[in-house]
This record gives sequence, structure tokens and C-alpha cells, in this order.
Amino acid sequence: MKNLAYIIVGTCLGIVLYKSEAASWFRIYEMFQFDSFHMYGIIGSALAVGVVLVSLIKKSKIKSFSGEIISIPDKEKTFARYIIGGTLFGLGWALAGACPGPMYILVGAGYWPIIIVLVGALIGAFVYGILRGKLPH
Amino acid sequence: MLYQPWPWYVSGPLIALIMAVLILMGKKFGMSSNLETFCSMGGAGKFTDYFKVDVKSKRWNLLVVLGSAIGGFLGANWLSPNPAVDISEETVVKLNELGFDSAGKAYLPTELFGLDSLTDPIVWAILLIAGFLVGFGTRYAGGCTSGHAISGLSNLQRPSLIAVIGFFIGGLIMVHLLFPLIFSS
Repeated sequence: MKNLAYIIVGTCLGIVLYKSEAASWFRIYEMFQFDSFHMYGIIGSALAVGVVLVSLIKKSKIKSFSGEIISIPDKEKTFARYIIGGTLFGLGWALAGACPGPMYILVGAGYWPIIIVLVGALIGAFVYGILRGKLPH
Repeated sequence: MLYQPWPWYVSGPLIALIMAVLILMGKKFGMSSNLETFCSMGGAGKFTDYFKVDVKSKRWNLLVVLGSAIGGFLGANWLSPNPAVDISEETVVKLNELGFDSAGKAYLPTELFGLDSLTDPIVWAILLIAGFLVGFGTRYAGGCTSGHAISGLSNLQRPSLIAVIGFFIGGLIMVHLLFPLIFSS
């Protein structure tokens, strides 16, 4: 039952990102050219609603559906990993026109060459795992 | 309405709602950590302890991935009679100059994602390198658009803001400085 719920949540995410065109390479390029408000509207309105929902969840001390205490951990407070890792991700995001969620969505949509991007992403994650001890965080 | 592209003011709040549902299910909204889980499943734990994780505890997120693919299938095959993305005129002009004739006519550029383009080894290299940067970058930064830009900023995390600034530094360098070198028509 719970498994089905995760699949349904994922399906909703897939439909929303596909239909909003956030999974389109063209929209990502347009965003980095500042030619349209569309992507900024999506991220901005998601954040406006998200900030309210997260603070409500935190303040109400509401339990999860299965009765556990909800904890939203703070991110580790460093600098290097976020700015360096973020910049590398941004380079890839603009070139591939897809971040990790849309990659799977585009596989489902039948754009098979995105599988090459996905394989590259898996290699990238693997290489990070190997090198992480040597990288500044 | 359903069959038209969804406007930002519908899509954005729905994304926030999906994040909230995942939090209420005792989980979080983060898509890039699945890349690590796939590495672990493929035996990457033999090379470094970083990938020695209990895959079972990550299974829920793989189900979200499965759902995303189903959503992509439904979105593309049942909900979108016209896949063309109506990007702005300026963007179409810029992309045409770079050799992307499919701008404004398709969901993804056929020059990179059309099956015919796979005869060109340069396209393979571009897709592979782009993926590598995404995979390496998100794991280095500890999150991607979902984990930092949506979840992290919704929780007012300064580290996520730094990461998102990084996303934009990288994206702007790629599109404005590197695209003219990579794609010259």
C-alpha cells in the first residue's frame, strides 16, 4: 500500500514536471538566457508555497502519516562543497537541459538518448564517491 | 486545459505540495540521491565505503523514480497532443544561430535527443559529459534542484542558497560562454 503511494507521488511529480515543461531542455536554456519568466515562476511559486508548508509542518509538530516524528535536518554548514559542487551541477544542468528528476521522466516519455545522460550521471556519482575524501567540502 | 502546457502558477504550487506529501510520509524530496542508490545496487560498495548503504532504506525513493517515469510516459503520450515548447522568440533566434533548428518545434532539441543524432560521436560525448557533471556535481553539492532549490530553500537553509547560486554560476557560464564554443553552426 505504502509502495503504491510512493509510485503515485512520483507519477504526479512526473506529470507536473513534464506538463510544466520544466523537463524541457529548451526551458532550461531560456531560463539561463533570462528570456522568460516561466521557470522563475515555477521555482518561485513552489518556494512561496513550500516555505509556508514547511514552517507549518515544523510549527504544528504534526506526526507523519505512519505516526513518526517528522524531522527536517539542517544542511551541514560548510561552503566549498555547495559552491563548487553547485557550479559543476549547473554546467551539466544547462548542457543536458535536465536535472536528476526530469532524466527519469524523459526516459518514461521515450526520449531514449537521455539514457546516455543518465549513464553519465551514474558515472559522475560513482567518481564523486571515489574522490570525495580528496575534495574540499 | 489539461492538454495545454501547465502554467507556472499551477505547476510550482503542485511541486511544493508533492514535497509536503513526501515530508508527511516521513521522507524528503530529493531526486539526486537515487544516483548513489543505483551505484550501491551496482556494487560500488566494493570500491568505497561511501556506497555501502542499506539499499532497502532507499527503496521508497526508487519507487518515486519509477513513478516519475510513469508520469513522463503519461504526460508525453496521453496529455500532450502537441509536444512543441512555446519558448520566447528571442530564445528561438539565439538557438537557431547555434544550429538548433528544432527550437520552438519540439519538446527536446532533436539535434541532441533525436535518435538520428546518435550517429554523431560528438553528441554522445556531449550527453555523457553533461550527465557526468550533473551526477558528480549534485553529489558533491549534496543535492540538486529538488533537494536544494526546492526543499532546502523552503526550509530556509543558507547552504542550499549557496548551492543554488552555484547552479546559476555554472548554468550561465555554460549557456553564455561555452555554448558558442560547443555548438557552432
